[in-house]
Amino acid sequence: MPTHEDSNLSAAVAYAVDGDGIATLTIDMPGRSMNVLSDKMTEELAQLIERVATDAAVKGAIVTSGKSSFIAGADLRELEKLAFGLLVQDPGALLQHVAKMGNLWRKLERCGKPVVAAITGTALGGGLELCLACHHRIAADNPKAQLGLPEVKVGLLPGAGGTQRLPRLIGIRAALPLMLEGTSLSPRDALRAGFIHAVVPANELLSEAKRWLLGAPRAVAPWDTDGFIMPGVINGQRTDESAAFFAGAAARLQMKTLRNYPAPAAILSAVYEGTQVPIDAGLAIELRYFATLLRDPVAGNTVRTLFVNKQAADKLEARPSDIPHSKVEKVGVLGGGMMGQGIAYVSARAGMQVVIVDRNTDLANAAREHSRALLVKAEARGEEIAGGIEAVLSRIKPTADFSDLAGVDLIIEAVFEDRGVKADATARAQAVIPSGAVFASNTSSLPITSLAETFARPRQFIGLHFFSPVDRMQLVEVIPGAKTAPETLAKALDYVRQIRKTPIVVNDNRNFYTSRCFRVFPEEGMAMLAEGIAPALIENAGRMAGMPVGPLAVADEVSMQLMFSVRAAEKADVGAAYVSDPADPVLELFVQQLGRMGRKSKAGFYDYPDGDKKALWGGIQKHYPQAAVQPDVDHVRKRILYRQALEAARCLAENVITKPTDGDLGAVLGWGFAPYTGGPFCMIDTIGIRCFVAECEALAQAHGNRFEPPELLRQMAANGELFYPRSG
Amino acid sequence: MTDAYIYDHVRSPRGRGRPNGSLHGVTPIELVTQVLRAVRDRSQLDSSLIDDVVLGCVAPHQEQGANLGRVAALNADYHESVAGMQVNRFCASGLEAVNIGAAKVMAGASDLIVAGGVESMSRIAIGSDRGAWANDPKVAFKTYYTPQGIGADMIATLRDYSRTDVDAFAVESQQLAAAAWAEGRFKQSVLPIRDPLGLTLLEQDEHMRPTTTVSSLAALKPAFIAMGEAGYDSVLMQRYPHVEKIRHVHHGGNSSGIVDGAAAVLIGAEALGSAIGRKPRARIRAFASIGSEPAIMLTGPTLAANKVLRKAGMSRADIDLFELNEAFAAVALMFMDDMSVPRDRINVCGGAIAMGHPLGATGAMLVGTVLDELERRGLGTALVTLCVGAGMGTATIIERL
Repeated sequence: MPTHEDSNLSAAVAYAVDGDGIATLTIDMPGRSMNVLSDKMTEELAQLIERVATDAAVKGAIVTSGKSSFIAGADLRELEKLAFGLLVQDPGALLQHVAKMGNLWRKLERCGKPVVAAITGTALGGGLELCLACHHRIAADNPKAQLGLPEVKVGLLPGAGGTQRLPRLIGIRAALPLMLEGTSLSPRDALRAGFIHAVVPANELLSEAKRWLLGAPRAVAPWDTDGFIMPGVINGQRTDESAAFFAGAAARLQMKTLRNYPAPAAILSAVYEGTQVPIDAGLAIELRYFATLLRDPVAGNTVRTLFVNKQAADKLEARPSDIPHSKVEKVGVLGGGMMGQGIAYVSARAGMQVVIVDRNTDLANAAREHSRALLVKAEARGEEIAGGIEAVLSRIKPTADFSDLAGVDLIIEAVFEDRGVKADATARAQAVIPSGAVFASNTSSLPITSLAETFARPRQFIGLHFFSPVDRMQLVEVIPGAKTAPETLAKALDYVRQIRKTPIVVNDNRNFYTSRCFRVFPEEGMAMLAEGIAPALIENAGRMAGMPVGPLAVADEVSMQLMFSVRAAEKADVGAAYVSDPADPVLELFVQQLGRMGRKSKAGFYDYPDGDKKALWGGIQKHYPQAAVQPDVDHVRKRILYRQALEAARCLAENVITKPTDGDLGAVLGWGFAPYTGGPFCMIDTIGIRCFVAECEALAQAHGNRFEPPELLRQMAANGELFYPRSG
Repeated sequence: MTDAYIYDHVRSPRGRGRPNGSLHGVTPIELVTQVLRAVRDRSQLDSSLIDDVVLGCVAPHQEQGANLGRVAALNADYHESVAGMQVNRFCASGLEAVNIGAAKVMAGASDLIVAGGVESMSRIAIGSDRGAWANDPKVAFKTYYTPQGIGADMIATLRDYSRTDVDAFAVESQQLAAAAWAEGRFKQSVLPIRDPLGLTLLEQDEHMRPTTTVSSLAALKPAFIAMGEAGYDSVLMQRYPHVEKIRHVHHGGNSSGIVDGAAAVLIGAEALGSAIGRKPRARIRAFASIGSEPAIMLTGPTLAANKVLRKAGMSRADIDLFELNEAFAAVALMFMDDMSVPRDRINVCGGAIAMGHPLGATGAMLVGTVLDELERRGLGTALVTLCVGAGMGTATIIERL
């Protein structure tokens, strides 16, 4: 009979006690596809755990989920609010707040009654930590379920006992990589790894849980028993193996993070220090490291851009809402080059029929073979290929005949970056495609409005700019032209969602957003080279800034010839309005005079010897002798990052992008801009706009007016504004 | 202030630092006990005249723990009035022990000191104490901890020393050491180590390979490539970002040998000479320690040498012989370049590449070696220096009397 107390309980967790005194807590958040540990959820669980602990009628408890997954982790929007809120400024108050969940799991662990976690499916982060605090863990046999502690991916660590319980269960050597990489395991693999006890068919999960409880098991965790010895410890001393592991791990972490990501280091320390003391002291150590990570800008910025805002973009928040949902059944790809191949691949994998058109059938077939190679690799990695490789390939039709494009819903033009070539392909496609089809161009630089003029129905023309390699790069820039209809934009976004990529909508402009901002990265590298800064310093600074490779290496990758010809085309197009860059003479030297184009020609800023690693070309010194006084690496890092951030800010100021979130997503997902910053706008907020403006002015004084901050930034500085206003 | 004099010194031979080494079966305390007895007995000392025993030891834990300085003195039947301490300045511990002894005498706090060191690397491995520097990830991260071999390879990269350069130096070390032993230059100061029956276990440095050539060394793979690729190259390059890539040139044949050994130096005030019936052999003129960049670690000697010269009011030209610990060949090449020391004035009896570097004892051994050589050649001054873990450097100037 529901009591007054019962009716105050939220619907999120059902609570029932059966005739044997077994309490079952069934977590099932209404309105969400997966359970998350929001503050409210934690509160509810606190009340119920208190009941389990204090109700004499309760002999044991089962914690389970009413969904096919268990608990997906923290509520990321709450996490973002917390990271940017006031609480993080007060260490004592913050510690109290973040201790709640861990204290609650510890209370459950020590309540004196046996508790079993009946894991229905995916259990991540705090959800898995809850399971680790239960005395017994059984999982449903679902190979797709993921069990893991992925907090490192949001710049945090498992702060509710994971760093202390997992090593005590399976040893330090086995536990650390799982937490440092944030790896998830299937239930069977988790069983093999040793952190769950059993895997059973899903329909036997609860009965098995009850059976265990009725066996009168001990309600004590291993680390709360006398004489507990952690795996990897002998006589209270770490084994040599464990000790050596930490030394090596510190070095490996510095190599991989280049000191930009504090979370792995904190995880290492939480485990190193916490496993030397009893568990309660270890949990306290873990908590303090967790709080320091929350106060570090990396966590908040990472959650904001890579999780909260990416999810919103993936859900097409930018899509015009009054237009019905559409689905592409058949897509035509013009051009089987590197981009066309990748676009065909992702489309076929998403279940679409794909027609690849190239100049001759050999080229078109080769494009299809690229998909085969990618599918084979994907399968080897353990990915599931729906229907199998041949089924996917059967959906790809290579051809040299444009008439095979009949019946397509969408065309993606990915031919050579030349107006004439594009116009020709457009005309030929236009002649055969249905009048309702959308025509998208993958151009990376030519303004869409101008290209749309070559198509009979500019309202149905749009830019869809992919990134190489298409199978791996998440971002698609969606660029409506001046005449593009809202329906076209909606359909384009629907397609991006079908291929499961992240769209940002960008206003038409030469080079759009990503190409315009990205290229200043290699350009600044070349500018510094021309000033006599040592090339190794430039490259190391680029990587240490968080870019995936150095700017000179990137120039080689992109091909200096391409960069040079884009510049030349721009000059031709805009004439007197062309603004030259310090990189221009460097490009001219390498492309026109030295014939060193980049990686494809095995010679650029680097030499690319067969069978060996690339190395900086020794001839650079002759053309750009190194200055006697070299700048500090931090200064070089700053130039590299600030130059890109300034260009992004200019794009916002000029309405090329309409909101900072697009700018941040585009930067991180499009060209790998220092992911730990959360993107250029997050970075500017973190530095502080006033401080950023002042630093840019100093850089402009020293190095040129490409560092002048745009008026938008000056105004924001004067008004004390932020790109992401704080809600307090 | 009083002056501090070296009256005598003695060392054990250096045993191979492996289970098959001739001193592997000798406990560290037994090893240093024999040396302490010898330094007392050679001068027929009444040990109650000794104020303190200062012993360097770089892994002072387990059987090298519990203050070997005091305990070995007791074990050697020194008078109970003799105090003892253990000191750790990493590779320079033995020299620092000498410097501490000298300082106490100069300050008038002590009159007679036995200063030296011991390290049984075959029994207590380097780094086995698992200190925070390399092992606490937070500390390793903060200090850019990098194993010294990588630092040596970075020096070779920065200074453009080729593989042949470092290997050629190693060959010289071997040849000079072999010649010195053959000529009996060490005989008066090396104590054969004996078993409980009095049978000799070892009487000569056994790490040496006199037939080493540049081509025999060329066959050896660089020892620190794997370690570098596992992360340490990146760590060090983050400290030295103008370097594109570290060239790995060091290996077991051009780095100091891992060995077992012990040494003792008798240091006292001038007044003690008559009390112990010995004439002093050299005056300890000056000593200094410094810190320098800890990640590359091995750049201390030049700074320490310059500081001690300044303290002594001397210039480089005033030094007749240099004795530098050959931690790695590149360290020696760099010191010679920086200090403009000609090859025939430094490590003239060979060095640690040939004979080995028993961590806590080496510094004291170098003092003895160079003093014997000053006497043999009739020269006046010597500067002893070592590169030291975490970027330190220690140096001492002695003046033959």
